[in-house]
Amino acid sequence: MVSVRERAAAVAAEVRDPEMPMLTLADLGVLRDVQVDGDTVVASITPTYSGCPAMATMRDDLVHRLTDAGFARVEVRVVLSPAWSSDWITEHGRAALRAAGLSPPGPAPRSSGPVPLTLGPARRALTCPLCGSSRTEPVSEFGATACKALYRCADCLEPFDHVKEI
Amino acid sequence: MNDSVYDGLLGGDSSQWAFGTDFEDPLAGVDTSVPAGIDAAELAAYCLMLGDDTLVLSQRLSEWCSRAPELEEDIALANMALDLLGQARLLLARAAAADPACVPSLPAGSPVPDEDALAFFRDAGQFRNVRMAEVPNGDFAHVVVRLLLFSNARLAILSRLRDSADAVLAAVAAKGVKELTYHRDWAGRWFVTCAQGTEESRRRLIDALGMLWPLYDELFAAHPVERSLAAAGAGVDPETVRAEADVVLDQVFAVADVPRPPLVGVRGRTGRDGLHTEALSLMLAEMQVVARAHPSGRW
Ligand SMILES: [Zn+2]
Repeated sequence: MVSVRERAAAVAAEVRDPEMPMLTLADLGVLRDVQVDGDTVVASITPTYSGCPAMATMRDDLVHRLTDAGFARVEVRVVLSPAWSSDWITEHGRAALRAAGLSPPGPAPRSSGPVPLTLGPARRALTCPLCGSSRTEPVSEFGATACKALYRCADCLEPFDHVKEI
Repeated sequence: MNDSVYDGLLGGDSSQWAFGTDFEDPLAGVDTSVPAGIDAAELAAYCLMLGDDTLVLSQRLSEWCSRAPELEEDIALANMALDLLGQARLLLARAAAADPACVPSLPAGSPVPDEDALAFFRDAGQFRNVRMAEVPNGDFAHVVVRLLLFSNARLAILSRLRDSADAVLAAVAAKGVKELTYHRDWAGRWFVTCAQGTEESRRRLIDALGMLWPLYDELFAAHPVERSLAAAGAGVDPETVRAEADVVLDQVFAVADVPRPPLVGVRGRTGRDGLHTEALSLMLAEMQVVARAHPSGRW
């Protein structure tokens, strides 16, 4: 017997990220919690970046999908703490990124004290998601959306997006 | 038939609003009660200081859109502007939640959210940002130097603000640290690249540093509100992070082989008191004109 909460959570988990639609909100790790309180589904999401412009769309999509699935009232709450980390992207999500030609993030840096400065180019051992070559070079730490860096493959010469570690 | 072709667009949905459809509180569901022992009005004033810094600098970075020397750098500047705008939105919303009296009053029924009322309906004298954020853009070296000096100081503040007694400020800081780390690395790399590039790029970099350096001291000049919030465990006294920030800056100067300019101290009232350069009024006139023309949010 599937509980109402489990059914709501399953519907919410299938909502897709508007900017990286190969990922569900659950894959991306932004869906933090789904609860049912009386006749209201309360879904909690966290922004990837402070200025993430997709938050409103995520919220609207959650409301629409849950309403379409028969839940009368839906409330979407923002959770700011702990801050989203790229480490929360699931294994399933990482595979989906690769399949879509994006390079998934490595482990996020952990910092508590003063933040160290990095003056050299970002050192990441990446694999080209298009041809599998490990000869890649960064083009820019800032890409098409806040969460991506832009890389180039030295073998197939194609550019590709890398989801940044934060 | 509609009298105007636009009338048909104004149905029952919210797309008619000048402020878009994204009305909802960016702090929806977040506990915004003010912790015991912290003065709500001071907390709001402090959030305005930090939020105005990022709002005003974000607007300056946005002015770079389509003007950077390369597409990649154009995108980088737009990304940094967006991060800072996101931080500003949360900080201004936090200020409004802590002390609703700080929000300018608008016509009854106006759909303008509090953080937008603060951004668009205050005059320059009510802004609390440091002047480093507001001075007009110059060349590419200028934006590199401005971002290095600002993001380095801000990173030192935010890394301590992660332990704020105010859970909202602590959360904004925790995310801000991750973002500012990328901003400072970008600015540091370009600082070195310009300094070690051609004679012309080095000359421009040193000129920009000379222009912005007199505003550096203000980044660490503590306002009484900053001191008070720091004493209460909710804020950071910028004077206390100066040494830490200077160490990092000196690393960049050393790699770039650029001498650190002599200290220029700040005296008297500053941006934190509402004292600004004329440039802020001009910038706000452009930034606020549409919102002010439609305070009820209807075209
Ligand atoms: Zn390749």
